[in-house]
Amino acid sequence: MTENQVVLPAIELVSLVKEFTAHGETVQAVKGVDLRIGEGEFFSLLGPSGCGKTTTMRMIAGFDEPTSGEVHLHGENVTGVPPNRRDVNMVFQSYALFPHMSVAENVAFGLRRKGVAKDEVTRRVGEILEIVGLGGREKRRPGELSGGQQQRVALARALVNNPRALLLDEPLAALDLKLRQTMQVELKRIQREVGITFVFVTHDQGEALTMSDRIAVMNDGRVEQLGSPREIYEHPASKFVAGFIGTSNLLSGTVTELRDGAAVIGLGGDERIVVPARTTKVGSELELTVRPEKIDMRTEEPDGGRSRVRGTVTEVIYLGTSTNYNVRTSTGAEVVVFTQNASNANDIAVRGDSVWLSWEPRHSYAIGA
Amino acid sequence: MRRRLTPYLLILPGGLWLTAFFAVPLIMMLSFSLMEGNLIDGFAFTFHWQNYTEGLSTYGDKFVRSLWYGLLATVACILIAYPAAYWIAFKAGRNKSTYLFLLLLPFFVSFILRTVSWKFVLADDGIFLGTFKDWGLLNEDFHVLGTTFAVVAGLAYNFLPFMVLPIYVALERVDARLLEAARDLYASRVQTFLRVVLPLSLPGVFAGVVMTFIPASADYVNADVLGGSGNVMIGNVIYLEYFNNSNYPTASALSFTLMGALLVGIFLYARLLGTKDVLEAAGR
Ligand SMILES: Nc1ncnc2c1ncn2[C@@H]1O[C@H](COP(=O)(O)OP(=O)(O)O)[C@@H](O)[C@H]1O
Ligand SMILES: [Mg+2]
Repeated sequence: MTENQVVLPAIELVSLVKEFTAHGETVQAVKGVDLRIGEGEFFSLLGPSGCGKTTTMRMIAGFDEPTSGEVHLHGENVTGVPPNRRDVNMVFQSYALFPHMSVAENVAFGLRRKGVAKDEVTRRVGEILEIVGLGGREKRRPGELSGGQQQRVALARALVNNPRALLLDEPLAALDLKLRQTMQVELKRIQREVGITFVFVTHDQGEALTMSDRIAVMNDGRVEQLGSPREIYEHPASKFVAGFIGTSNLLSGTVTELRDGAAVIGLGGDERIVVPARTTKVGSELELTVRPEKIDMRTEEPDGGRSRVRGTVTEVIYLGTSTNYNVRTSTGAEVVVFTQNASNANDIAVRGDSVWLSWEPRHSYAIGA
Repeated sequence: MRRRLTPYLLILPGGLWLTAFFAVPLIMMLSFSLMEGNLIDGFAFTFHWQNYTEGLSTYGDKFVRSLWYGLLATVACILIAYPAAYWIAFKAGRNKSTYLFLLLLPFFVSFILRTVSWKFVLADDGIFLGTFKDWGLLNEDFHVLGTTFAVVAGLAYNFLPFMVLPIYVALERVDARLLEAARDLYASRVQTFLRVVLPLSLPGVFAGVVMTFIPASADYVNADVLGGSGNVMIGNVIYLEYFNNSNYPTASALSFTLMGALLVGIFLYARLLGTKDVLEAAGR
């Protein structure tokens, strides 16, 4: 299965639109989302706060009905079906554990409602609590557990039902950094172990990049880009994605020449930018992005057919394992460059130095061309 | 030093208040209840515990009736208050406080005035019964005033806020996401209510029951205004003995008997629900 081709969609969203009316005003929270999420995939919805991630999720779970469009689960149109009759489970950001029930009762809740036999409930609850690392805490109340443990109970309570898909709405957002990183690894392990489709909502791009098989980057109620973490990171399809995922440098110029499917922006003298672009013409304006770690910075002139631009170092930020340089290019753009601090290296340049920036054309990406 | 004193300073006004206006009268009443005599010859403290046994044997039926009316009124209050509080907490949207205010609006009017106005509404030839009788819908001698129904309805009406408010507060505190979580975990609407909402709101119901049952059982205004000779409650007896007959010892003994009965009742009720949960509920 290649990354973009989905054999059997576990979840399919068709032209999903959701409008809310508040104070007499209609707001479109989701403005037409089409997605096919594959069986067993770890799929992330990534986007800034307020872009419609939760609303999309709630429509999959059945808490909100779409204004228009359809939700399909395993090929079956479930639009209008209440949440208790959809075979997906949700892990809430606030966990939403039942405070008056023990851990075991919380986890058993779904199985009991489905009428699973008592012995089997006990067995499955025990098993899943082992998997999430909460064996021996069955009798505790949620209020007696730490945040991380509550998180695991919430996860177990959903997973124990063996749902066709698990929906997680910013499940780690309430945890501190260290615990969040542990839980990221844990979640990934659990997902591999149980093989259930995970739809993971986050506004943390690092989290999405490390955990997901595929990511849908959302902005303002729409999916801006859909792809593997690598595709999204290295080839952002829009200025928004480039800016939202990691640090990205934005450059622009007028195309002076076309050569082998690449556009050349001649900057006079030895300076030029080469970028793969198929649909552009000579004379048109082109915007492109380059990741900071792809840029090579040195004081002497670089060789070969690489993109090469002159600049002046405006800031040096030492970060231990790496150093960041802010460079103002001859075209007036502000560019960030990351360099690894190798064992022997002194700083390549200091503030005010003239430097050469260069990068492989294939590491830059023309926006919309 | 100052820090160690702070807790005592905080409790001081309340403590003084309680001592002056609760503990002192209580002890005075307790000593009255063991006295003998009358207004003219004066009262003397003689450990006359017969006040209790005689009071109980003479007015036993009034005690039972009071507790029974209190219970009926409390149940009626739950049946009316719970759905209303539920609706306001979960369905009223942004206008919650408006609806709550509307529900409580009648209670800004004096207790006596409210009860008296019920008397007009329920009068044999009043605006409802009179009209229905004119239309021939009701028998001429049909009446509501002077019945158990009138007294219990009056009690339920008058003490409704004490049931609505604690239940509302308890329901209001139930995280709406818990309901979604239950629905997500295959519970129907009814199951969600029974398994999640109801258990979480029980502390509110418990508080409401205590706050309704005690004053309703001890009330005398409703029986006086809306009831007849067959609806006399223990509160009416105490009132009569104290203010009309100036029989302070009997009135005090009856009061203490009622207090004891209510305390035992509430204690058993708390035990029945599990003391731990009640304490937990109070602590929440
Ligand atoms: N129940 C609602 N009523 C009105 N507006 C809502 C409601 N839920 C969400 N919205 C609006 O829809 C937009 C998307 O919200 P949401 O899906 O929660 O975003 P995200 O989860 O990505 O932060 C926001 O502008 C939010 O204010
Ligand atoms: Mg959200």
